[in-house]
Amino acid sequence: MTNLNIIYREKDIPDIREYNVYIANGGYDALKKAISMKPADVIDEVKKSNLRGRGGAGFPTGVKWSFIPQHEPRKYVVVNADESETGTFKDRQIIENNPHQLIEGAMIAAWAIQATAVYIYIRGEYWDMAHALERRIEEARKGGFVGENVGGSGWNCDMFVHLGAGAYICGEESALLESLEGKLGQPRVRPPFPAQKGGGLYGEPTVVNNVETLANVPWIILNGADEYKKIGTEQSSGTKVFCVSGHIVKPGNYELPFGVTMRELLYDHAGGIPGGKQIKAILPSGGSGPIIPATDEFLDTKLSYEDMAKIGTILGSASIIVMDETVDITWVASKITKFFKHESCGKCTPCREGTYWLDKVIDRIMAGEGKPSDVDLIANIAKNMQGVTLCALGDFAANPIIHTIKHFPDDFKQHVSGSNGNGAKAAAPARRAAPVLAGG
Amino acid sequence: MLAEKYAERIEKIFAKYPDKRSAVMPILYIAQEEYGWLPQDAINEVAAICNLDPTQVKSIAGFYTMYRERPKGKFWLHVCTDLACALRGADEFYHQLEEHLGVDHENDTTADGVFTLEHVMCLGACDRAPMMQCNFHFHENLDIDKAKALIAQWRAEVNAALNPPQPEFT
Repeated sequence: MTNLNIIYREKDIPDIREYNVYIANGGYDALKKAISMKPADVIDEVKKSNLRGRGGAGFPTGVKWSFIPQHEPRKYVVVNADESETGTFKDRQIIENNPHQLIEGAMIAAWAIQATAVYIYIRGEYWDMAHALERRIEEARKGGFVGENVGGSGWNCDMFVHLGAGAYICGEESALLESLEGKLGQPRVRPPFPAQKGGGLYGEPTVVNNVETLANVPWIILNGADEYKKIGTEQSSGTKVFCVSGHIVKPGNYELPFGVTMRELLYDHAGGIPGGKQIKAILPSGGSGPIIPATDEFLDTKLSYEDMAKIGTILGSASIIVMDETVDITWVASKITKFFKHESCGKCTPCREGTYWLDKVIDRIMAGEGKPSDVDLIANIAKNMQGVTLCALGDFAANPIIHTIKHFPDDFKQHVSGSNGNGAKAAAPARRAAPVLAGG
Repeated sequence: MLAEKYAERIEKIFAKYPDKRSAVMPILYIAQEEYGWLPQDAINEVAAICNLDPTQVKSIAGFYTMYRERPKGKFWLHVCTDLACALRGADEFYHQLEEHLGVDHENDTTADGVFTLEHVMCLGACDRAPMMQCNFHFHENLDIDKAKALIAQWRAEVNAALNPPQPEFT
């Protein structure tokens, strides 16, 4: 079971990125099959498969597609390839090594909602990959699978790559749509939601799906929802790509069925912790999800949407950052706070101001100049950022503070204990001040 | 100038979207390619091409980190020092690069204008840290020695362009 590569087929067929190799291995058969089906039946099959969005939210993909009103003349599929979460590098591997499967999955989604065009929004830093992907789309266009009269169906649907220019927030779907329309990447007020008239790209109904989500679709159409549901757990069907980084012997992407445990992933697949050290903490969902101490209970928890929720964290995009026993969790909170301070789009006051306040106070704590009450202060600021912003970035920025203090209070105390202003200076690790960020 | 020189590329970009405004980001990249950064003249040109107000274009250039609002070195080095990379030594790598190039965050460009060093947030290469992006191209699994070799190679390219080899007379 662990060798089932639905997404990373290059592990079985190294040159699968090449159009002729992809075709020789059943490439675009799923699209041909889909366009022989009624669009509503394609949606039903994906619904039945229990495919859930791999971008982080885990929303059922088929249900998302079914929200699109059928009779609107203009509809869009937008592929979210803005992969920017700290510790996430899974979509990149699909785009680099198995691009046609993404193109095929996106075209099946487009058929299902009868879209008029597909846009792939890819982060600007993936410059080389974006240009390579454009050439792959051109191959598919020449093959008759993109553009006019797709697969001889009479249906026209072209596909375009749109490069972002360095903004994490554009991974948030409404900010992504704003950016694609040539505006600042700032979240929209919802409703209307992207699937609704007035809420999507250029105001038209739009499905926004993650790269990995769409790469699953051809397999589901070819093999059927029932086969797909046999993989994984009851509520999390299929395989998931786990991005493993940080203190790990073999960092990288691991495609495994949902339900594998954290221990199996880290020790059986990713080679364990360098130097035989103990794991101290894990961020299972990049910088934005709650940090969890590496207890036996956590390590033996199954990696699925439902099991991770049970222990108080999220699977998210499964960007697993591993920290060994030497890591100061206050430093981790500082690093993540700097990320969100830089990436807050500035639209909502609690997030725009809160991230700056947090960063300022944590810098003070890290410099050994914090007071014990500063820890309560940042916890309080973080609490006041939760649930009061247009998008989840405000909550994401609050998470590292709230959960690091909750699980690792001693790490904070060592910086401020007995301090009346500078008493803890000796305890603060000597680190240089972070330089100013590009564009910051 | 951009409108004439890059007419074909601009036309292709417009063809992708139902609304000219969507072309602003790709055309800003063209402007940056032409001028090396985005001076006000470039902003004005892009605004005219996309039927936008220059203020709107300027705000786009300011919002997104990959647009250069001031002149930078010929080689623009971005080192990821975000959490996942930092756990694999990216902060130390960054400081070693600062020392090697003789720059800091106040003066991030080398005196000869060849290199600008900045640090950035996650670039999606966490499993191959330390890494850096040079003029949009990734260089991964680096250490300071590998980075020094790349820098020497880029410097040699610049010197070769400044002092092209003279033809030999026989």
